[in-house]
Amino acid sequence: MTTTIRAGLLACAAGVLTASAAGAETITIATVNNGDMIRMQKLTDDFTAKNPGIELEWVTLEENVLRQRVTQDIATNGGQFDVMTIGTYEVPIWAGQDWLVPLNDMPEGYDADDILPAIAGGLTTDGTLYAAPFYGESSMVMYRKDLMEAAGMEMPEAPTWDEIRAAAEAMTDEDAGIYGICLRGKAGWGENMAFLTAMSNSYGARWFDEEWNAQFDSPEWEATLTDYLELMNNYGPPGASSNGFNENLALFQQGKCGMWIDATVAASFVTNPADSTVADQVGFALAPDKGLGKRGNWLWAWNLAIPAGSEKVDAAKAFVAWATSKEYTALVAENEGWANVPPGTRTSLYENQDYLDAAPFAQMTLESINAADPQNPTVDPVPYVGVQFVAIPEFQGIGTAVGQQFSAALAGQITAQQALENAQKLTTREMERSGY
Amino acid sequence: MARKVTTQRMALNTVLAWAIGLLIFFPILWTILTSFKTEAQAIADPPIFLGFNWTLENYVEVQERSNYFRHFWNSVVISLGSTLLGLVIAVPAAWAMAFVPGKRTKDVLMWMLSTKMLPPVGVLVPIYLMFKSLGLLDTQLGLVIVLTLINLPIIIWMLYTYFREIPGEILEAARMDGATLKGEVVHVLLPMAVPGMASTVLLNIILAWNEAFWTLNLTAAKAAPLTAFIASYSSPEGLFYAKLSAASTMAIAPILIMGWFSQKQLVRGLTFGAVK
Repeated sequence: MTTTIRAGLLACAAGVLTASAAGAETITIATVNNGDMIRMQKLTDDFTAKNPGIELEWVTLEENVLRQRVTQDIATNGGQFDVMTIGTYEVPIWAGQDWLVPLNDMPEGYDADDILPAIAGGLTTDGTLYAAPFYGESSMVMYRKDLMEAAGMEMPEAPTWDEIRAAAEAMTDEDAGIYGICLRGKAGWGENMAFLTAMSNSYGARWFDEEWNAQFDSPEWEATLTDYLELMNNYGPPGASSNGFNENLALFQQGKCGMWIDATVAASFVTNPADSTVADQVGFALAPDKGLGKRGNWLWAWNLAIPAGSEKVDAAKAFVAWATSKEYTALVAENEGWANVPPGTRTSLYENQDYLDAAPFAQMTLESINAADPQNPTVDPVPYVGVQFVAIPEFQGIGTAVGQQFSAALAGQITAQQALENAQKLTTREMERSGY
Repeated sequence: MARKVTTQRMALNTVLAWAIGLLIFFPILWTILTSFKTEAQAIADPPIFLGFNWTLENYVEVQERSNYFRHFWNSVVISLGSTLLGLVIAVPAAWAMAFVPGKRTKDVLMWMLSTKMLPPVGVLVPIYLMFKSLGLLDTQLGLVIVLTLINLPIIIWMLYTYFREIPGEILEAARMDGATLKGEVVHVLLPMAVPGMASTVLLNIILAWNEAFWTLNLTAAKAAPLTAFIASYSSPEGLFYAKLSAASTMAIAPILIMGWFSQKQLVRGLTFGAVK
């Protein structure tokens, strides 16, 4: 027993000595759990080899937990993290609060001009870049080529909502367990409201007019919600009001969806033969439009930013520069293949023939990203920034509350009209309370 | 005839008990089974119960990606530390309330219970700021303190209930024989309350082990326990159910094994005084 205790004490002492001997600066990185981020964690030896004085510690969390955790830390100047993974929603809000370190002085050779303009636009406030994009995504139509062919139809490269409806009708075969279209129905500002806000843009609807008045009583919103409910009630899977990205991904991979309109990042999942039973039958098309000049696709990027409270800004900046550089892309390609490099951030990637050959969805991703304009998301002018969200702090709460109304309408608990009336009331009330 | 009915009833009760037990255990069993599937098998429809190719791939990947043992060690320190610290405070408190009750003892007990009625998120920001000022963010000590405070009402209530079952005359007799207060508590009271103490300790270790609100909010990399380990495998954009199940199985395994071996004490303690 005494020997065990002694051995334990020796081991502890050795541990303490090793830790103090290393003496390296350790930066803590908060990140989300997705394929690209996990891949980056595996490749960090390259960074530590190039930066021997810096060690990395990772805090990986589920997206919603991460959002709450980093917001709480940055708002209280907690200083727990040196690098934070944040979305395009947070960047303009946090930059406006002076919570982020400006990234205009990235190391030589970083080539910030190479960042896709649509993505950079969402990360820049008053000409200053506040976050570096790690991967970007838009949304698009993923469809089953075999089912379309069997129905004697062809999917246009840039379909309209009417064409989507016709395709959904033609592909639906409930006896065979195949539903023409799978869309998000689960309530949440980043769940069904991401899809519905993007869809509403193509219908010419907007969240607010230029005086910040809620617009759910407009005919455009009524048309959006009515068409969405009609599509889902007639050609969607049962229980769709609880379906989010993962549920629809599972349905599509098992061959139960004719079409799925969702994040471009899904393309690599549904075309992976290890997980998807329909991997070789997937086609891609741009998100639909209504002939008004705007498409129903969103724009999102996961970005690395440095909180102003960090005491290790230089080391953090070195890491951000490494993780979002062209060299990092090449490193992933070398280790994991071109199909696995983080997409949607740099122009040069879409000029690289190796990448275009390896990723059949590359061109569609680029076109979808370029088609989104966070400054002018819909047909009429709006006072806010953001395609599938409104970049104001109140939006998380309002977006989720409105999402609950629309999800209830999909579940058949209330009518579309009631859902819109409730949405209008609650949005107006919250905005008045917030002093708009 | 009567004997036959009893046997039949016994059989029925046994079947019923097994059915309820299996029903309650099923989600855990499903998690364990899913952890041995591939990601594609994990989402298969109809679900595959046993007829799949068992793989350890998820465990290998989880082990490669995360430092399980660091999280495990943090969980051990935090759950044991908070339980021990809780006992040190709760034993004297429960003794006083059980054997020397005052006019307001009942009110104090109710007040302590009422602290459990506030949703924890209500005090998150003040506690976060206090922890920041005291340098307790992302430390084992910080979590030991906060989990002690959270579980203290339960420990005191449980010990108070057990102590009340012990006749005060025995303690009086010890006092008459010249036992000091410390001797009375350590040599007379505690040995008699062992079943109750054991179940209190076990229940609190389980509660502290599974606590996910404070352990996620007050930690980053250094003091994060197994709850943070599980949270790192959940994702709303990507199907990682098999890996998530492997991480969950690894996180619950120690507490499940501990519960299995100590179930007798746990049940005895929880039913202590139930039948008179």
